[in-house]
Amino acid sequence: MQKIRLRYAKRGRLRFTSHRDVARAFERALRRAGVPMAYSQGFNPHPKISWIGAAPTGVASEAEYVEVSLVERVDPARLAQVLDAALAPGLDVLEAVEAGPGGLAERMEASDWHIELPGVAPADLRGAVEQLLATEHVEVERLTKDGRRLIDARPAVVRAVVLEGPVGSSAEDGSGSPETEDTPIDDDAPSRVGVDMSYPERSCGILRVVVRQTTPAVRPDDVLSALRVVAALEPPVPAKATRLAQGRLDDDGGLSDPLALDRQAGLG
Amino acid sequence: MSVQSVFPQLEPLLPRVSKPVQYVGGELNATVKEWDSTTVRWALMYPDAYEVGLPNQGVMILYEVLNEIADVLAERTYAVWPDLEKLMREHGVPQFTVDGHRPLGAFDMLGVSFSTELGYTNMLTALDLAGIPLLAADRTEDHPVVLAGGHSAFNPEPIADYIDAAVLGDGEEAVIEISDIIRAWKAEGRPGGRDELLTRMAETGGVYVPRFYDFTYRPDGHIDTVGPNRPRVPETIAKRTTMDLDAWPYPKKPLVPLAESVHERMSVEIFRGCTRGCRFCQAGMITRPVRERSIEGIGAMIQTGLEASGFEEVGLLSLSSADHSEIGEITKQLADRYEGTNTGLSLPSTRVDAFNIDLANELSRNGRRSGLTFAPEGGSERIRKVINKMVSEEDLIKTVSAAYAQGWRQVKLYFMCGLPTETDDDVLQIAEMAKNVIRAGRVASGRKDIRCTVSIGGFVPKPHTPFQWAAQCDPDTVDSRLRKLREAVNSDRDRSIGRNIGMRYHDGKPSIIEGLLSRGDRRVGRVIEAVWRAGGRFDGWSEHFSYERWTTAAAAELEPLGVSLDWFTTRERTEEEVLPWDHLDSGLEKNWLWDDWQDALDEREQDDCRWTPCFDCGVCPAMGTDIEIGPTGRKLLPISPVGVGSPVRNPVLSAP
Repeated sequence: MQKIRLRYAKRGRLRFTSHRDVARAFERALRRAGVPMAYSQGFNPHPKISWIGAAPTGVASEAEYVEVSLVERVDPARLAQVLDAALAPGLDVLEAVEAGPGGLAERMEASDWHIELPGVAPADLRGAVEQLLATEHVEVERLTKDGRRLIDARPAVVRAVVLEGPVGSSAEDGSGSPETEDTPIDDDAPSRVGVDMSYPERSCGILRVVVRQTTPAVRPDDVLSALRVVAALEPPVPAKATRLAQGRLDDDGGLSDPLALDRQAGLG
Repeated sequence: MSVQSVFPQLEPLLPRVSKPVQYVGGELNATVKEWDSTTVRWALMYPDAYEVGLPNQGVMILYEVLNEIADVLAERTYAVWPDLEKLMREHGVPQFTVDGHRPLGAFDMLGVSFSTELGYTNMLTALDLAGIPLLAADRTEDHPVVLAGGHSAFNPEPIADYIDAAVLGDGEEAVIEISDIIRAWKAEGRPGGRDELLTRMAETGGVYVPRFYDFTYRPDGHIDTVGPNRPRVPETIAKRTTMDLDAWPYPKKPLVPLAESVHERMSVEIFRGCTRGCRFCQAGMITRPVRERSIEGIGAMIQTGLEASGFEEVGLLSLSSADHSEIGEITKQLADRYEGTNTGLSLPSTRVDAFNIDLANELSRNGRRSGLTFAPEGGSERIRKVINKMVSEEDLIKTVSAAYAQGWRQVKLYFMCGLPTETDDDVLQIAEMAKNVIRAGRVASGRKDIRCTVSIGGFVPKPHTPFQWAAQCDPDTVDSRLRKLREAVNSDRDRSIGRNIGMRYHDGKPSIIEGLLSRGDRRVGRVIEAVWRAGGRFDGWSEHFSYERWTTAAAAELEPLGVSLDWFTTRERTEEEVLPWDHLDSGLEKNWLWDDWQDALDEREQDDCRWTPCFDCGVCPAMGTDIEIGPTGRKLLPISPVGVGSPVRNPVLSAP
C-alpha cells in the first residue's frame, strides 16, 4: 500500500468541468495509465481517491490536490508522467510526492485567486476593492440546490490587490506556479483566443485576492458579488478566475507549499 | 477557404448556461482534422442532448469510419439546450460542431441519426441555428446535404420536406460510398449542381431522396400512388446490410466525454439483428438477419477499447445479448481475463429464457453488481402469444428465484401497455406476476427486503412490423389501465408485498405523438414545423414535451386535408392500403408481415429461424444475406488476468 499526493492544474476550456467531471476523468486516466489502484471492498468497489477541495465549475486552477492509494509501490515521478500523458490536455499533473506524515486537507488554509475582469477599468476595480476592504461585513446571495442563501463574504478575504494587464496574462505572478508560463496549452484554449476582443486591453482589471477556506466556502463569484454589493461593480462579460495557489497562510499573507512537508519526508 | 472556429464567440456565453462542459468538446479519442487538408466534410448530429447523444454507437462508429479516410473529415454536433439556444440567437452564434467548433453550414453533409422520431423538432432547431433553409427545396449548392439515418429513416416521410436524403439500415459502408460520390462530383467541377449530386446518390438504389418521389392522395385522404418523378431513380430503395461484423470492429477507440453521459461504459456490439420475432419490435424486424461478431473479435475490441478509454464497465450490446451462440464462453473468459481489475460486464437486454444465473454471476464477478433486468413485455400468457414473446411465467419465476437465491436483491421487469387486442385483464396480470416474483424471491433468498421494479412503456405501432396495421391504443385507455394496475399492485392483503414493488411509467400522451411521427406521411411534416415554430424542443423529455402544442398543430394542419391525429394513430389499416413506406424496402415481404399480423390476432406464435427452418420473412433472398452465427469454438487470449487495479499493465510503472 502506497499513498501518493498530486498537484494538478485545470486549464483552458477544461475549466468548464465540474468536480465530478474531473473525478471521472482521473479515475479513467489512472486505469488507462495502468496505475495499480486500490479499491474499496463490497458490492460497489470504488477506487481509493481522496479529493482535497475542488475549484468550482468555470474556474481554472494551477493548484488542485488529490491523494490516491495504490496496491503496489511506484515511483511518484513516473506516476506523474504517465498520468499526465493519459489525462486530457488542460488537466495537467504538476507534481507527485509520496504522502508523508499528517493530513493534506488541514494544510489548505487559504487560496490565492487571479480574477480577470475584461471591460472593467483597473481604476474602477481598485475603487471597488478599497470599498470592500473598508467594509466589515458584506452579505451576498448564492444560489444553491436548496434555493438562495446569504453568506458573509468579507471576513474570508485576507488580502486583495488590483493589477493591470492584457487579457490572458494569467502568468504574471511568480508565487508558486512557475510552470504556468511554459506549459503548452492547446492553441485554441480560451486563454489564447481571449474572452472578448472588443474590449481594449487596457480596460482589463485583474484582481488578486487571497481568501481563507471557510464553511461555507467563499468562491471567486462571491467576491465579485461582494464588489457588486459595496460598489455596484457590474462586469460586462463573465470574469475568468484562476486559483494560483493553496496552502497555509504565513505571517505576511503569503501561502506555504502544502507538499513541502511530504517532499522533506521523502528526502529524509 | 478555411473555416474558423466559433469558439471565441461561444466561450463568453458558456459561464451563463447550465453544464457548459457539454459544449467544449475535448473528448478523449476525438479527432480534429485540418479543414483544408480534406475534400469531403461531414457533420454528424445526434438530435438530442449531448449526454444522450455522445454514447450513441451509430454516430461513434460513423465518426471513426469517416475520419480514418485521409481526405474525409467528420465532426459531431448535438442539440443545444434552450438556455444556450437563446444566447446563440442573441449573439449570432451558429450551430457548431463540438470537435472543431465549426459552423454546420460549412460542411458538405449533415448526417442526422434518428433513434426516435421525437428528435425531429431538434433537427429543425439545428438547421435554423446553422442558417440552413428548413425546406430542402430552398437549399442551394452552398448548403450541406441533410441526410437522415437510424431506425426512424425506415419511414422518413414526416420529415421528407426537411431532409435531402435518407439511408436505411447499416451506415458503415453507405457513408464511404456517399463520400466517394461527393469527392468525384467535386473533382469534376460539381456538374449539374445539387440536383445532379443527389441524383447520383439516388441511382445507387441505397439512398432515398424524397423529392424525387411524388405521392398522390385519394379524396378520402388515403395514399393513391407513390413513385419516382424522374429518370435514373429506382422504384424502391433498399436497406443496407453490413455482413461481416469482424471486418468492422468499430468503435475502436470509444469517445470518452468530460461531461457525464447516460451510459458511463464502453459498448461492444456482439451481434446485429434479431430473429426472435417479437411483433412489436421494429429493431428486430428491420435489422435481420442475425450477424454475430466472433468471440475473438469481441475479445480484441474489449481490450483495445479498455486501453483507449479507461472505462470500468463493458456493455455487451445487441438486441438480445444472451442469445449469442457463445455467450457463456464469452462471459466466463472475460471474467477470467479481467479478474482483479475492477472491470464490470453488463448485458443491457436479456431474455428470461436465454438467461441463466451463472451468466449473471460471471458478469458481476469483477465489477459492480447492479440489478437484473428482464423483459416479459406482456402480463398475461395470452398477450405474450399475440406479441410473440415466448416466455412462460413459470420460466420467469424459476429464473428470478435463482437470482434472489444467489444474492441479487433487485429485479427489474419491462412491460408494454396498449398492445393490440389488450384488455384490462392482460395489464392487471402484471401485478400478479410482480407479486409472484416477490413471493418466490422471499422464499429463495430467505429475506423480506428484496425488490422488484415494474417499468411500463406505451406501445407504439411501427412501420415494417406486423403491427404496422394495428390501431394504436388511445392515451385515455392506456392511462386508465395503468391506474388500475397501480391499485392492483397495492391491493394485496399482505401490504408488505406491494411495498416491495416499484412502478415506473409515463402517461400515454407522448406515445400517441410518437405514433403520429412513426406512421405518418408527408402531410405530417407541417405539423412538426408548426410545433417547432410554437417553441417545440426536446420532445423526448417530459419537462419539455407539450401534448397540447402537438394536438393544436395537428388539428390546424391535418384536418383541412381530411385527415387527423386519430386517422394516423388509432385507426386500424386494411390489407389493401398503400402505406407511406411501401417504396422503402426492409427486405420483409409485405405478405409475410400481413400473415404474421393475422397470426398475432389468432394468438399463434412464430419460432426463431436461427434454430428452426426458415419461415420466409423475405429478408435473406431480397438482400442477398444470410444468418451468420457461431459457435466458433475458439478461445480468448490471454486467459490470465491482465493487470492489477487496472485492465492495463504499464511497463514504465513496473520497471525497477
